[in-house]
Amino acid sequence: MAQALAIDGRQDFITTKGRQISRLKCDDDSIAGAVSQRACVYCGARVVLNPITDAIHLVHGPIGCASYTWDIRGSLTSGADLYRNSFSTDLKERDIIFGGEKKLAAAIDELVAKYAPKLVFVYSTCIVGVIGDDLGAVAKAAASRHGIEVIPVQSSGFAGNKAAGYRAACDALFRLVAPGTAAEAAAVGKDRSINYLGDFNLAGEAWIIRDYLAQVGVDVNVVFTGDASYGELKRATRARLNIMQCAGSMAYLASRLEETYGIPYMRVSFLGLADTADSLRRIAAALGGGDMSRRAEELIARETAVVQPVIDSYRAKLAGKKAAVYVGGGFKAISLIKQFRELGIEVVMVGTQTGRKEEYETIDSLVADGTVILDDANPAELEKFMTEKGADLLVGGVKERPLAYKLGRAFIDHNHDRKHPLSGFAGAVNFAAEVYTTLCSPVWRQVKTGGDLSG
Amino acid sequence: MAELKAAKSVSENPCHMCMPIGGILPLKGVEGSMVLIHGSQGCSTYMRRTIAEHFNEPVDVASSALNEKGTVYGGGENLKQALDNIRRVYNPRLIGVLTTCLAETIGEDIERLAAEYLAERGLTDLVVVPVNTPGYGGSQADGYYLALRRIVAALAVPTSRHDKINIIAANVSPADLREIKRLLVAMDIEYTLLPDFADTLDRPYAEHYTRMAPGGTPLADIRAMTGAAATIELGMTVAPAISPGQLLADEYGVALHRLPIPIGVAATDLFLRTLREITGRKAPDDLLAERGRLLDAMIDSHKHNFAGRSAIFGEPEMVYAVTRTCLENGIWPTVVAAGGAGDAAVSLFKAALAESPEPSYFLSETDFAEIRFRSAAAGVNVAIGPSDGRYLTEKEGIPLVRLGFPILDRMGGQRILSVGYTGTANLLDRITNTLLDAKHHSYRSKLYEEFYKGRRLHMAPAQAR
Ligand code: SF4
Repeated sequence: MAQALAIDGRQDFITTKGRQISRLKCDDDSIAGAVSQRACVYCGARVVLNPITDAIHLVHGPIGCASYTWDIRGSLTSGADLYRNSFSTDLKERDIIFGGEKKLAAAIDELVAKYAPKLVFVYSTCIVGVIGDDLGAVAKAAASRHGIEVIPVQSSGFAGNKAAGYRAACDALFRLVAPGTAAEAAAVGKDRSINYLGDFNLAGEAWIIRDYLAQVGVDVNVVFTGDASYGELKRATRARLNIMQCAGSMAYLASRLEETYGIPYMRVSFLGLADTADSLRRIAAALGGGDMSRRAEELIARETAVVQPVIDSYRAKLAGKKAAVYVGGGFKAISLIKQFRELGIEVVMVGTQTGRKEEYETIDSLVADGTVILDDANPAELEKFMTEKGADLLVGGVKERPLAYKLGRAFIDHNHDRKHPLSGFAGAVNFAAEVYTTLCSPVWRQVKTGGDLSG
Repeated sequence: MAELKAAKSVSENPCHMCMPIGGILPLKGVEGSMVLIHGSQGCSTYMRRTIAEHFNEPVDVASSALNEKGTVYGGGENLKQALDNIRRVYNPRLIGVLTTCLAETIGEDIERLAAEYLAERGLTDLVVVPVNTPGYGGSQADGYYLALRRIVAALAVPTSRHDKINIIAANVSPADLREIKRLLVAMDIEYTLLPDFADTLDRPYAEHYTRMAPGGTPLADIRAMTGAAATIELGMTVAPAISPGQLLADEYGVALHRLPIPIGVAATDLFLRTLREITGRKAPDDLLAERGRLLDAMIDSHKHNFAGRSAIFGEPEMVYAVTRTCLENGIWPTVVAAGGAGDAAVSLFKAALAESPEPSYFLSETDFAEIRFRSAAAGVNVAIGPSDGRYLTEKEGIPLVRLGFPILDRMGGQRILSVGYTGTANLLDRITNTLLDAKHHSYRSKLYEEFYKGRRLHMAPAQAR
């Protein structure tokens, strides 16, 4: 295997089920020269914070970084849409030499004058970390000048990988939710509601879950950060429980909220029928069971009755196919393995950009012998293992899609700018439908024939 | 013409990207080449995503993945390790090394590192082309031409004179590149087209996948560009210091003709006429028939087009070509925004826009907030440019004709054909039909409001009295 992989040092990032999973390396920097599918610290921070709808998201850095991330997520809003703009200090050569602090301060002033926001996030990029602009000081001065919150996000691109960006975002959020007044401090954990962490309201997914929970009798206080507003985030610490969907991005915040404010958290997943039902049950139980549990069962029965026959009809067409998974976080990979199983599809290759050790262990326990598990893969490896393992389909993001198609294989977008929800019962149907539309498209028949014209 | 420069401290919704992404494209148009971005991981990932989505093609671009250590102590080791790994996986014949903001700010000397690398590994047939593309140093258009110039500089060797013509292409689509080649073949002219990503970034489906896409300008052809009969560079807006054609002229005496991208009647005529001047070959009847068909199309739609007030934005060279095409058709360019255009380009635009009987705004350094504001105020009714222009549609209801790079929200960015007589007719149809669509969509309610409902309301109080 080592020789076929070609890239030195990559051997330890790949294993096959049946061998020792504890040897798998993860949470390490990408290897130079590998065509890694990963992004940077700034990207990690930006994707987590960006859905906050009424905040100014100001990128302190050169234009490119802001340009590539303008309206990058499919996060929907029920109110303000300030978050859908990309603001940049557009640093030029001169600013690199003389420092960009003045420009940053002026930029904040202009934006406050134009939009009167209550909250400004200032993201640092690679060069800001190098030239040493004091983001904290500029933000602090601007905050007191305007009487609003200006929060620096320490997200210099080179200081780790995307996971470090998640942490930087969580630091910013933790700071934001800190109770400011005595009354706020007294209200910590007193509310009956819960917070929902790690849903970014892609294609309205947080709304779907909020609705399920309302039917069970659970009030959602704040979603981090899908369709969240400044005012909502400020009252986050009142909740008595945090439920967490995307652990990769939110585990750090959840545990800090637990340590500091005694708000417990539990992991949930709303991807796939089984996970959705299981999560609803566990939430109801955690909040005291009784009526809530009864309503949860009713909801599950009602929705399943509608959705299961549809899924089964897809399953009949899809059973026996093989899938490959390459996604951002380990959590998503785990849910996908289960979801594919609901469709009768076995996962034969599974990898993530930023999965953690425990997640890889869970993955290993779920998949069949012989499945390839890999961390921080590159196109050459994806190509090799998809071909070797005979995957009919790949799940991934924008960059992986053309590769799958060029290999003549089906593809499922599981990226963050999607336009259809994949969460909950409704999402499970969408997922099954998408798997069907890609795997069973007649184009593959044309693709596999027709090469005999030249003879 | 009013000229505006945004003098703000903040860019609100950028309308250009950074230098290195521009550098990737020409490297993808050279046979057997790979690209390495020297900097932190994110830059290359963003650029890959943008390029992959525009072309719908796998775009393998490696990163030296500079981390904290590399940033403090220098990234030389990372860079060399990266080159090793690229060679193992892709076995390329040429590797372009593009810097990022980070690498430039910490002062990486990629020229020296590249030379060291080749010497240390004893490599004689691998070409490494270092290109300094700090993200803050210019826009993607600057990165595009600079990378081309460095490719030529790295490969050029003195060659005895031959009959081929060098064509240096602007950042046009693979379909456009194919059209340019078709025109040259139709005129029976031998050429070297650089870059040529007609196949590499629009690769046909094949049963067997190869990591390196077939196609691209052969290295031997690039080496021999020094002996060509002439160079035609599609780069009116390009500063001489980053022009590959200028380098061939200055150092090898190859006559340089700078032409606009052949979109529109005048620009396509000029392209063919210049080819004729250089080679003595005439355009065949087939091409003249295409010209006639374009004129026919222009007449067919001239009244509709005359109602057009356009906002044109994107890379300066494309914006220039489209501006002139709009002027030819009475689709008056009202807001023209060429992010990052230099001084020479600004005067070119001014001269072109002076032809317009209508007021126009030229924005050389700007963002979409400014373009939106100007467009709404000036009654623009059609936008022409890359995908980000959808913001104008969403906010102001101005429909967008997608053109240029990048197109991220529609299929087929790689197949948009706009050069030559046939391409121009395509482009015009797309613009005209967009105008017609808007008109047909609203004329019933508009006329009803104006001549029926409006009157009745107007008369109602009188009747009541
Ligand atoms: S602007 Fe600089 S740091 Fe940002 S993506 Fe471009 S090269 Fe990278």
